[in-house]
Amino acid sequence: MIWSIAWRNVWRNKLRSSVVIIAVSLGLMSGVFSSAFMKGWMGQRMDAVLLTELSYIQIHHPEFKENYEFRYFIEDPDPIMKEIKYLDEDIKLSKRMVINSMVASAETGTGVMIKGIDPEIEMKVSDINKKIIEGTYFADAGRNPVVIGKKLADKLDVSIKNKIILTIQDQDGNITSGAFRVAGIYKTSNTGFDGSTVFVKNHDLATLIGLEPGKAHEIAIVLPDKLDLEEMTEIIAAINPDLLTENWKDLSPEMGYMDDLMGVYMYIIIIIILFALCFAIINTMLMAVLERVKEIGMLMAVGMNKVRVFSMLMLESIFLTLTGGVFGIILGYLIYIFFRKNGLDMSIWGEGLEAMGFAAIIYPEFDYGMIVPIIILVILTGIFSSLYPAFKALRLNPSDAIRTE
Amino acid sequence: MNIIEVKKLHKIYDQDTHPVHAVRGVDLNFKEGEFAAVVGPSGSGKTTFLNMLGGLDDPTEGEIMIDSVNINELSNRKKINFRMNHIGFVFQAYNLIPVLTAKENVEFIMHLQGRSKHDRELRTKELLEAVDLADKLNVRPNKLSGGQQQRVAVARALASKPKFILADEPTANLDSKSAANLLEIMEKLNREEHITFIFSTHDQRVVDKARRVITLDDGMIKSDVQV
Ligand SMILES: Nc1ncnc2c1ncn2[C@@H]1O[C@H](COP(=O)(O)OP(=O)(O)O)[C@@H](O)[C@H]1O
Ligand SMILES: [Mg+2]
Repeated sequence: MIWSIAWRNVWRNKLRSSVVIIAVSLGLMSGVFSSAFMKGWMGQRMDAVLLTELSYIQIHHPEFKENYEFRYFIEDPDPIMKEIKYLDEDIKLSKRMVINSMVASAETGTGVMIKGIDPEIEMKVSDINKKIIEGTYFADAGRNPVVIGKKLADKLDVSIKNKIILTIQDQDGNITSGAFRVAGIYKTSNTGFDGSTVFVKNHDLATLIGLEPGKAHEIAIVLPDKLDLEEMTEIIAAINPDLLTENWKDLSPEMGYMDDLMGVYMYIIIIIILFALCFAIINTMLMAVLERVKEIGMLMAVGMNKVRVFSMLMLESIFLTLTGGVFGIILGYLIYIFFRKNGLDMSIWGEGLEAMGFAAIIYPEFDYGMIVPIIILVILTGIFSSLYPAFKALRLNPSDAIRTE
Repeated sequence: MNIIEVKKLHKIYDQDTHPVHAVRGVDLNFKEGEFAAVVGPSGSGKTTFLNMLGGLDDPTEGEIMIDSVNINELSNRKKINFRMNHIGFVFQAYNLIPVLTAKENVEFIMHLQGRSKHDRELRTKELLEAVDLADKLNVRPNKLSGGQQQRVAVARALASKPKFILADEPTANLDSKSAANLLEIMEKLNREEHITFIFSTHDQRVVDKARRVITLDDGMIKSDVQV
């Protein structure tokens, strides 16, 4: 009965309660949606890091990454790869040659990172083949094909079929140049990557610099979801104690940090919003108590004890907050549904975002696991907001409260 | 047998600042089945006296025994339960919970007492019939007249099966017809069900119905007559 009294009390002052409910709804709506927005945004960046830029785990010669010096390659990558593959059928691997070089067109030149790959195998660990916006991903049979980023193509002012010159210092320190034909142009959400990474066939690169094609500087590994990243990193490192094994969190600590932070971020937004709303709820509950002094006095006189009076007011506050909370989650979800398909076009700021590696069109992602924690936070807010008004009510003296003078 | 024994009762409000000696040395007993009016001019101490009888306020001095229990010695928690189980209250106004219907208002105390649903419904119907409101079961207080509201309050006060009912100026806000009607119902309950009523009033027509009239003046008993 206390529940039904509390619920009906919420609707005694319809306008006042509605205002609070709407405020809570709007607050949670923006909290829920901005969380979905952030989650989608980070998720996209994460996909880019994992699928395009870094893969999950990389193996190098321990000294290679200091200066990307040519001579620090992995002597015999194939048995290593076989052994890793043996750990689990679903692990995907690709070996790459990675060489710092100069690239030049008729127009201009710049420094780039050449990745020498086997296009077929690389597709298993990277989605660069899906990012082609012009030309093809090594589909033509022509000699020395190269796939470059849009940003680089613009800078060099080259397009499909144009020739570019790659200049490399080989392992003896001699400068070698080779002409490559632009076969495809890709575009990722990271212009930094697009401007500095070019892909050529392993074999072509080996020929150019006089290296046996079997060797590699880098083994890139993609793990299936069922395997734990840290655990696999340790296992793989143990297999190759002479090599440096790093996962993406080691390679890109800031992304690892962001990933960890994302989980907390949502709660921080929601808690800040709820904290701000607290004041409105406290105010409303205080008014509800003050205008009902005589009624509460009467209830205490006829036998309602403090626990019950307290519970009644607390429930009232919870109902008020929860109603707004549920509406807010639903509204936030509806906005998410609306943008889920077409994404939110942030291209007004796109250039800046893409320079930082973030996509310009953001596809929000709703985390269903957040619903229960949000509802719990909403209920806690209701309880918290009722404390002061309820304590005030408990201090009433029934004989004073009911006096009619 | 006495159900209430009051000994040397004093109440001084604001003792430290502007002391008001509202009740000064009242000695009184009430027996089961009484229909007693406490009368006196405004400010004579009626409300103060009834509040102390009901355990809503603590005496400055003296003691109140209800069924041999000294209610002033009860802890606050026990006092609330004591009120709920042994005393029925009818106030001048604000008796009912506005969001509950007449039936729910009557049921409410039985709910607090933890009585069964069957029990509650049976008694609620019985009581609302007794106060002539069988047709207003599902009506909320704001749709009832002042007289009807006070009758619901009487039914509510009876719901917990109290030892007696305290009514502080129950007719003060009613027109004379409603007041007469309320008194008639209270009198009938007293006569037929032996419910003990102690009520205050300064309305002569109400006083005329009482079988015992206690007159207060300036916090002291001026007269106490059985009619
Ligand atoms: N809470 C209070 N604080 C101070 N004085 C009070 C308080 N309540 C009543 N009084 C005083 O006590 C006296 C008795 O009041 P009351 O019991 O209300 O009389 P009645 O009900 O007969 O009108 C009055 O002088 C009144 O002003
Ligand atoms: Mg009075």
